[in-house]
Amino acid sequence: MYPSRFRYEAPRSLEEAIELLRLGGGEAKVLAGGQSLVPMLKLRFASPEMVVDINNIAGLDYHRVDPDGTIRIGALCRHADLENSAILHAHQPTMAAAAPVIADPIVRNRGTLVGSLCHADPQGDWASVMIALGGSIIAQGPNGRRSIPVADFVKGPFQNVLAFDELAIEAVVPAPKGVVNGGYLKLERRVGDFATVGVAIALESSSGVIIRAGIGLTGVGGTTINAIEAAKALIGGPLTAESIANAGDLAAQGAQPRTDHRGSATYKRHIVRTFVVRILDGVVESMERAA
Amino acid sequence: MSLDEIKIGGMGASRRRVEDNRFIRGKGNYIDDIVLPGMLHMEILRSPFAHARIKSIDTSKAWGIPGVRLVMTGEMMASRNLAWMPTLSYDTQAVLATDKVRFQGQEVACVIADDAYIAKDGCEAIVVEYEPLPVIVNPLQAMAPGAPLIRDDKENQHDNVVFDWEVGDKSGTERAFAQADVVSKLDLHYPRSHPSPMETCGSIADFDRATSKLTVYMTSQAPHIIRAAVAMVAELPEHMIRIVSPDLGGGFGNKVPVYPGYVASILASILLERPVKWIEDKTGNLISTGFARDVYLRGEMALRKDGKILGIRMHTDSDHGAFFSDAQPSKFKIGLMHSAFACYDIPVAHLTARGVYTNKAPGGVAYRCSFRVTEAMFFQERMVQAAADDLDMDQAEFRRINFVGDDDFPHRTAFGFLTDSGQYGKCLDVGLEAIGYKDFLKQKEEAKKRGRLLGIGISTMTEPLGAGNSREYDILGIKMFDSAELRVHMTGKAILRTGAKSQGQGHETTWAQIVAHELGIPADDITVEEGDTDTAPFGMGTYASRSTPVAGAAIAMVSRKIRAKARKLAAHLLEVSEEDVEWELGRFYVRSSPDRGVTIQECAMAAYTNMPDGMEPGLENNAYYDPPNLTWPFACYIATVEVDPQTGVWDVLNVVAVDDCGVRINPMIVEGQIMGGLTEAYAMASMQFITFDEEGNCIGSNYMDYLLPTAWETPGFELHEVVTPCPHHPIGAKGIGECATVGGPAAFVNAVMDALKGTGVRNIDMPLLSDRVYEALTKRRDVSGMPPMRTDDV
Ligand SMILES: Cc1cc2nc3c(=O)[nH]c(=O)nc-3n(C[C@H](O)[C@H](O)[C@H](O)COP(=O)(O)OP(=O)(O)OC[C@H]3O[C@@H](n4cnc5c(N)ncnc54)[C@H](O)[C@@H]3O)c2cc1C
Repeated sequence: MYPSRFRYEAPRSLEEAIELLRLGGGEAKVLAGGQSLVPMLKLRFASPEMVVDINNIAGLDYHRVDPDGTIRIGALCRHADLENSAILHAHQPTMAAAAPVIADPIVRNRGTLVGSLCHADPQGDWASVMIALGGSIIAQGPNGRRSIPVADFVKGPFQNVLAFDELAIEAVVPAPKGVVNGGYLKLERRVGDFATVGVAIALESSSGVIIRAGIGLTGVGGTTINAIEAAKALIGGPLTAESIANAGDLAAQGAQPRTDHRGSATYKRHIVRTFVVRILDGVVESMERAA
Repeated sequence: MSLDEIKIGGMGASRRRVEDNRFIRGKGNYIDDIVLPGMLHMEILRSPFAHARIKSIDTSKAWGIPGVRLVMTGEMMASRNLAWMPTLSYDTQAVLATDKVRFQGQEVACVIADDAYIAKDGCEAIVVEYEPLPVIVNPLQAMAPGAPLIRDDKENQHDNVVFDWEVGDKSGTERAFAQADVVSKLDLHYPRSHPSPMETCGSIADFDRATSKLTVYMTSQAPHIIRAAVAMVAELPEHMIRIVSPDLGGGFGNKVPVYPGYVASILASILLERPVKWIEDKTGNLISTGFARDVYLRGEMALRKDGKILGIRMHTDSDHGAFFSDAQPSKFKIGLMHSAFACYDIPVAHLTARGVYTNKAPGGVAYRCSFRVTEAMFFQERMVQAAADDLDMDQAEFRRINFVGDDDFPHRTAFGFLTDSGQYGKCLDVGLEAIGYKDFLKQKEEAKKRGRLLGIGISTMTEPLGAGNSREYDILGIKMFDSAELRVHMTGKAILRTGAKSQGQGHETTWAQIVAHELGIPADDITVEEGDTDTAPFGMGTYASRSTPVAGAAIAMVSRKIRAKARKLAAHLLEVSEEDVEWELGRFYVRSSPDRGVTIQECAMAAYTNMPDGMEPGLENNAYYDPPNLTWPFACYIATVEVDPQTGVWDVLNVVAVDDCGVRINPMIVEGQIMGGLTEAYAMASMQFITFDEEGNCIGSNYMDYLLPTAWETPGFELHEVVTPCPHHPIGAKGIGECATVGGPAAFVNAVMDALKGTGVRNIDMPLLSDRVYEALTKRRDVSGMPPMRTDDV
């Protein structure tokens, strides 16, 4: 690997990191897990003047549930931490389903959820999950912190809305108001492959009636797709064969896939529909089991 | 009492691989581990276009970067008559482009600098002005009237055809087809793939002005051929060239050819009088070095109603990329494609083959196979399944009635090969029993009623390994023999050198086992060394599964020469005549009183300390082995799969492999070779291919796009063995390095096609990616793959 020359900094505090980013004036890049940045450096797709390695900043590797049910994921929490998380298995089925299908075990040991969101790859799995969950990002800059919904966080492919001197420090999944269900399905050609299609669904229900729904789609558009119409159609009633099929059709319509070496646009739309139905059928089953 | 052969690590011992001691400790000595004093680094600037005229190259900015020592372009190479080099197939290949670039990734310029980072900066600073030309990415486009001429550099080349070639009996085949009850037809594509060793190619050229000696450390599977080639191309005296092939991180045929990077690093070292290291990056390896396959088949089989095959007709169109640089025996233009159907008793066959140039990387290397045998066996076994289906016959039964019988050897195949041994029916029986054939067929019918698609695929084949015999097999005139040199030291320890070159096959382990078997010297007492042309005897290298059949035979033969001399020493020590001396493993004894004996070690000591009058001292010898025939291992691979009709995703349920590779030297290594080969077979069937878009951009230029299966998705394999010793090989071995890669893919594809039986789908070209399977299932039609890659919805 022969990247262009860059200055390397390894700050020990958030403040120091933000100061370095400010000094970098837009020519500095944050290094978290490095699983996307390092390949870009290698291929010289990115040639930053400075790399700010945040791995020495203590206290960012957490993930936890607040008493009210809010889930918080620190900027250095690795995919593998989430894969092995008892908290997610108990509280958050969509995330629990997504974590083990991201990349491969080696990448999961280093890569971070927050880094994945910052990277804003339309084929990134976490962005769809977070959009389905209505999650947000906490950013910190020289003037303090702000919260940005993930749905607004991604500006375009590989572009986020952070200012050059802002650091994403945490991802937040809001506390649920009902019974939580959901899932994540991914079609990949091989373990470690990016998604040909990924579907994230997050539901909250009360007495069998859906009160909140979110559907995020991976790999079927220029950015992560928020399938709002499909999600909306599920709210206000129970899951039935018709509502499930309808949601599948609407999600497929909401996808904007392109034909490429992973498959034709028609095929990818079909997979979106199939996966929406499969996840929702699974939810019905688990709701029935719980009842 | 004779030695326990297994205990001394002889034949049949699953001896642990001795080379692994250094590999697993990170102490291997790969090309990039080698650091020479004063060494410079070279990087290559490659063409972004698949076909373009070079209008100008401006290197001034690169020269201006501190630390840049040399910038080389095609023009500069041309002034030394080195812009073009000969290929292994009597063609020429550009070292650095002068007139045009002819494929994406072609070498355009080189920068040599103090470190690789600066060299890379230097490449980025070179400005090349290109005028893009129309691009050809498949044989149809290449042969179309008015197609742009790719090789306008060649004087008598007026189209894009590389060769037209044929073999077999044309009129006889026509007669057979005229008598057929049924003619079964199948068109297939074996997609382009890349051997993709983990370690890329690289070299360190070290020209020493003081001694005039050129030493080149190089990732080569065939260092001796390289020495000859360098002597001829660079016009350096052969004795002043030393090629050292260190530990290789895989080869798979990719490291047989001569690449521009090697040549450029050699010239750079001569010009700069400093060592120059070139290490290719992964993308460079995937887009520019020897690819494999990329052959289209039009296949026809003449059949009698009862299932007997009457004749075969095959036509292949092969895509060789921009330069014909296939590494194969010179006589055979499409390799050993005509080894197809060798395990079946077929009266007559005819093959025509056309090769074309395209704007793709050159290569056509034998990726873990004997020269296009992989394509041959894949085509064969797909055609066999289609024929069985057309006749509505059981696919196992159809094979059985057409097999060459155990008593019919030697057997002359319809294309003229001589097969010499095998128990094909027995291997098939073992396979069917292991997979539970009858039960599975029942299970499949049951599943079908519930909407589940199960399938079973069989692939049986015998393939020619171990080129060659010198009458028929040569590369650029050099006969395809191999060699071994054995020196037994005074204390009975030994060093063995061969003309082969291990790339992971475990030669250091198994070669010592052959010596142990022949001489009774424990394998642990034998050092094996390969790859240094100054010390190793001349040999044609390791590829095409030829090491055990050829070099392995040479090892047995040289051991026997040593034993013959040791016998004389024993007679001397025992004070009897040679005729009265008997041999058992590791020991000579007096026939009439078996207690009186001497060990091989005692003989070795005598060779240096107590030889009889008139005997030349020492105990060493060499052997050059020219095999009388190819060897013919047989294999039967069976896979079962389940296809998800909603997504086209298929999962492997079971895989059974029955290999008859003759006598097994080290069963553990044999099993490793089979598992590795099956993994590659699964890869080809399911995911691994390189394609191109209309502009000739290579899709598959890194490991995110060029998919290699990992432990996570590779299915498990159940292995079985049948042993039919090779009748002409000194230890009865046949070779196993490639059987599973060659025979495996058809088993997986046949299984998926079997699952789709009855839907009207006859073929899906590899790889069977889920979208292709889904498309075939829903549209009920064949899905054939040919670049350019689809970019619009169909
Ligand atoms: C072989 C391989 C396979 C993969 N497969 C998948 C897959 O299937 N699915 C998937 O979703 N992903 C996949 N990835 C990507 C992986 O998930 C990355 O880990 C993730 O995209 C980025 O996280 P990171 O911590 O490694 O970020 P880095 O690579 O360190 O950074 C990525 C980008 O985000 C910025 N950044 C990182 N952290 C912050 C922060 N806290 N504040 C501001 N900016 C920040 C960096 O500056 C950089 O631009 C794969 C990667 C590899 C190498």
